[in-house]
Amino acid sequence: METPVYPAHNYLSNGHGLKSWLLTKDHKRIAILYLISISAFFFLGGLFAVGIRLELTTPQGDLFQPDTYNKFFTLHGVIMVFFFLIPSVPAVLGNFLIPPMIGAKDLAFPRINLLSWYIYVIGGIFTLFAIVAGGVDTGWTFYTPYSSASSSTNVAATALGVFIAGFSSILTGLNFIVTIHRMRAPGLHWFKLPLFVWAHYATSLIQVLGTPVVAITIVMVFAERAFGFGIFDPQRGGDPVLFQHLFWFYSHPAVYIMILPALGVISEIVSTFSRKRIFGYSFVAFSSLAIAVFGFIVWAHHMFVAGITVYAAMVFSFLSFSVAIPSAVKVFNWSATLHRGSLSFEAPMLYVYGFFGLFLIGGLTGLFLATLGTDIHLHDTYFVVAHFHYIMVGGAIMGYLGGIHFWWPKMIGRMYSEFWSRISAILVFVGFNLTFFPQFVLGYMGMPRRYHMYPDEFQVLNVLSSGGAAVLGLGYLLPVIYLVYSIKYGEVAGNNPWGASGLEWRTQSPPLTENFLEVPTDIPEAYEYTPKVIREAKLV
Amino acid sequence: MHGHDHAHHPALQHHFSTMSQQREAGVLGMWVFLLTEVLFFGGLFITYTLYRMWYYEAFAAASKSIEITPGLINTVVLIGSSLTMALSVRASQTNQRKATVNWLIATIILGSVFLGIKVYEYADKFEHHHVPGPSFQFASEHGAEGAAHEAAPAEGGHEVTMGPDQLQRTTQIFFSLYFVMTGLHALHMIVGIVILFIITWMAHKGRFDSEYHAPVEMTGLYWHFVDIVWIFLFPLLYLVERHN
Repeated sequence: METPVYPAHNYLSNGHGLKSWLLTKDHKRIAILYLISISAFFFLGGLFAVGIRLELTTPQGDLFQPDTYNKFFTLHGVIMVFFFLIPSVPAVLGNFLIPPMIGAKDLAFPRINLLSWYIYVIGGIFTLFAIVAGGVDTGWTFYTPYSSASSSTNVAATALGVFIAGFSSILTGLNFIVTIHRMRAPGLHWFKLPLFVWAHYATSLIQVLGTPVVAITIVMVFAERAFGFGIFDPQRGGDPVLFQHLFWFYSHPAVYIMILPALGVISEIVSTFSRKRIFGYSFVAFSSLAIAVFGFIVWAHHMFVAGITVYAAMVFSFLSFSVAIPSAVKVFNWSATLHRGSLSFEAPMLYVYGFFGLFLIGGLTGLFLATLGTDIHLHDTYFVVAHFHYIMVGGAIMGYLGGIHFWWPKMIGRMYSEFWSRISAILVFVGFNLTFFPQFVLGYMGMPRRYHMYPDEFQVLNVLSSGGAAVLGLGYLLPVIYLVYSIKYGEVAGNNPWGASGLEWRTQSPPLTENFLEVPTDIPEAYEYTPKVIREAKLV
Repeated sequence: MHGHDHAHHPALQHHFSTMSQQREAGVLGMWVFLLTEVLFFGGLFITYTLYRMWYYEAFAAASKSIEITPGLINTVVLIGSSLTMALSVRASQTNQRKATVNWLIATIILGSVFLGIKVYEYADKFEHHHVPGPSFQFASEHGAEGAAHEAAPAEGGHEVTMGPDQLQRTTQIFFSLYFVMTGLHALHMIVGIVILFIITWMAHKGRFDSEYHAPVEMTGLYWHFVDIVWIFLFPLLYLVERHN
């Protein structure tokens, strides 16, 4: 194989200076803008997590005042959920990859795409303002009447920040839906699309249908705080539980906004590094849609002890179990794809192997919580904290990092250190389990969440957890170093360093501003790894 | 690259192959946006439904206290503006530049009339202390000096069970929803009028023709949506138990 040459003309060299970035309409540059800003929020959110884990190394509340601790977990949650996890895979990888994957020059609405980034930044500024002005202590869930009437912290600014950022998410989803419907290259029909695109389509539906509901809910809370209106105010006959219904109607599906795109990433990586077509393509494709639909009818499982009727609880418990079916379809099909594949162990695939273990544990412990009887015992304990971190960190972030490592050569045109990337993947996996597995035990033993002190007998497990968090933090910091280093010093990657079959690998790395010199016409089946194709396309 | 063989329409953006692809993308985008809007207002409608079931009497009494005439006029004005909007879309599709501009201006005027009447209605609420909050007054006013409006709480089929105290508290929920719902609707009207000004200016400059008129069409979709929201708001807020 000849040594690849770094292309002189590409989207990164097309325009220099800050202005060429801040006014860009190129989906790839907007993806980079998102990458930089969500990484900043990720490490800020991580900083609050460091504070939480430091406080919890000792049973006494000796590092922070209780009020400060409340602000720490609130801000950790708000930043990680609304400013990192929700935009993460769609706004960075989806933005960058959906057009080339479907043979398009750009998303359908490039200006709206840039607008969505600015809206995100404005939402972020409101939240940063709330932090600087003294923080907020309601928990990321903003439950009323505490948020609407009692809390004296900066609820309004934070809520407004979340409200604004929501529109960035809506616009991204809208852009993807229209792009996937209207911008596919001729001959690229739905069942030739990469599963990454299917996953983003399902995600976009949730963004478009769910986000406006939390937006209007925030408007109502804001109206209570700002104008003295009373919609959820029990003193005037308002119902705080109604707030919870409206909040979770979005915020449960929001979990699938975080995890579905990551599941799409996994499908791409598994297929590439097994050198096999994904097993049961259409099942995996439709399972994304099924997860999106089921996601909308399970919200009240967050409220089993909030005073809903036992009949409602039974129905929601049953429906919550049903989410396990499409999730299991995916996991089984990936396993079947691995079976007798030519597996390899590059960094992206290491993240995927890690993902399998963590997503499995996260998913199965979800069943404990969907069960009414066990949920009464486990509700609001560290078991819940561990469960959703296994899904949202173990699932979504592992997928996100796997995707970043997989497509980094495409985005930047250069390779990162193979050695250090494997080290970091292993550190993340080990550190993650060390951090969160003890929390399952703690929760089962009865340690409630959101307290800054605990009985002495919980200390060993808490110290383990804090130690694990240090390892995890190191695992997250390493990629920043070697990825940034690779931008300048990495080896030139070439069009298709992994020998993958997707359309995005047919163009140069980094791609041209218009992605392709000519709109691709000979569209292959998705994940074609037959020996003939591998030979002809020189994939190996 | 596409379409070297025929001249590009000046409005064709670089990433679309044809004008029809561009138009279809825009219109689909607008429909998806309206879907978002339906769920945005949907959160309010579900909240309204729940509280109306719980506090029907308060909703009926509060609704009766609202002057019906301005709301009725506004309903007619808004339906009229939807007609002028539809006519401007039609005119733009048939290359009638002058008519497009005139119908758009008519839409702007009707929209502004609606907002003007809304301002009058809001002022009326302030005057009568019907704005939720510390200075809110409902029960006492309707007990003592109920002459201004038809004061009696719900009668007829419904049992009167709410004391003045409870009425004072729960009617605040009605008026909170009244202001959030009509306020957000009015905000959508204001945004719509701003967009209409831009579109009118573009139409005046002769930007639209039978091949390129998607912006007028999309503005029309948005305007009709805002109109339909009002068609639901009017009976829900003004017409609770007007029959007796």
